[in-house]
Amino acid sequence: MRNVRPETGGFFQRDRTWQPPAFTPGYKTSVMRSPQRAPVSFPHTLSETTGPVFGHHILGERDNDLTLNFAKPGESAIGPRIIVYGRVLDERGAGVSNVLLEFWQANAGGRYRHKKDGYLAPLDPNFGGCGRTITDANGNYFFRTIMPGAYPWPNGINDWRPAHIHFSLFGHGFVQRLITQMYFDGDPMIWQCPIVATIPERRAIEGLIAALDMQATVPMDARAYKFDIVLRGRHSTLFENRMEGN
Amino acid sequence: MVQELRRLKESASQTAGPYVHIGLTPNFGGIEGVYPHDLGAQPVNEKTKGERITVKMRIVDGAGTPLKDALVESWQADAEGLYNSPSETRGTADPNFQGWGRYPSEMDTGEIVFETIKPGRVPFPDGRMMAPHISLWIVARGINLGLATRMYFSDEETANAEDPVLTRLEHQNRVSTLIARRDGGAYVFDIHLQGDKETVFFDI
Ligand SMILES: [Fe+2]
Repeated sequence: MRNVRPETGGFFQRDRTWQPPAFTPGYKTSVMRSPQRAPVSFPHTLSETTGPVFGHHILGERDNDLTLNFAKPGESAIGPRIIVYGRVLDERGAGVSNVLLEFWQANAGGRYRHKKDGYLAPLDPNFGGCGRTITDANGNYFFRTIMPGAYPWPNGINDWRPAHIHFSLFGHGFVQRLITQMYFDGDPMIWQCPIVATIPERRAIEGLIAALDMQATVPMDARAYKFDIVLRGRHSTLFENRMEGN
Repeated sequence: MVQELRRLKESASQTAGPYVHIGLTPNFGGIEGVYPHDLGAQPVNEKTKGERITVKMRIVDGAGTPLKDALVESWQADAEGLYNSPSETRGTADPNFQGWGRYPSEMDTGEIVFETIKPGRVPFPDGRMMAPHISLWIVARGINLGLATRMYFSDEETANAEDPVLTRLEHQNRVSTLIARRDGGAYVFDIHLQGDKETVFFDI
């Protein structure tokens, strides 16, 4: 392993015209949960530029295989088998190592294993719906799962979520923390979803749609989707005049 | 024409949704046997140095109702003011304190109660010391982009009065929204998402 000196610079300003605003009335729950005052900015301190580290030792053997990690011995989850892989990069294009990725999703019928999900689609006794992994030195990750189903949700009288996988990521600084969702190549439901529509720019939405990659499939086993994720970039400290005691 | 900078754009955020527990606190959410325990549930152990404190928190919406499906993460320095992170270059933090915690709201009351230690002071970039504080990150159904704020302590009046973040707030009457009040053995901190008591959130 390379012995890289940890970076200590602040992070690029977040582009708030690219990210979804807090108040998005098409997604009704945001109305009462959106701050209305301007958020306050200040230069990044150690509280922002540092962040927790998770070692590979926390991972169990099946943490990145949702087809098996809740299944009874010898059985596996129902649904089209897929591999999701990609890289975690930062805005400079550099791979981000040691990123803890956690993901969760509905089963193939669109039902979550959660006491608050009452959708009539059945639970799959062999599917829990959670997984996790940590990126390698170049920012690569992968996991196995089944294709989640679309599901209806209470917003308008007939709103449906496109098939999606929820992602949570830690970068190297606490202000790189990100939660997002991955959608699937070719799904017409993406463009009808009020939660997707909270994102102002089409290009930003397209950045959340994983590409089908037939070259990465495992023949007679699982198709592959490529999903790269970009975290905030970091200022280099190379050019800085170091202040005393800093 | 000029050379291209070739910067990428940060991936767009999407809400954590109502089922965030499945991914981030599966044992709390009733999915047992996949992970041995939920990450961040116990940030202190018996060897952690520093004053034990209990924090009682609620996230309250614009109608005054506590959120029952929110999730809060905390990030703080150890008792000496050092972060347990590779980007911390001033020294080595307490190995018995990761500094990070993850807490789902109770599904019936919306309460969040956790035990941690009182953090030490950490410098602002210009060298002035900040008052002890815990950085917080809040996600939930209806929150499109995680909300960042800080929790300071009511019994740190002198440090709070010279804190470079608190003193730079244009509306000084909003400083109180960032200060947890000591109530018996616990610090009580309500985060208001909107309304007259709206908490100061940060764009950092
Ligand atoms: Fe979902």
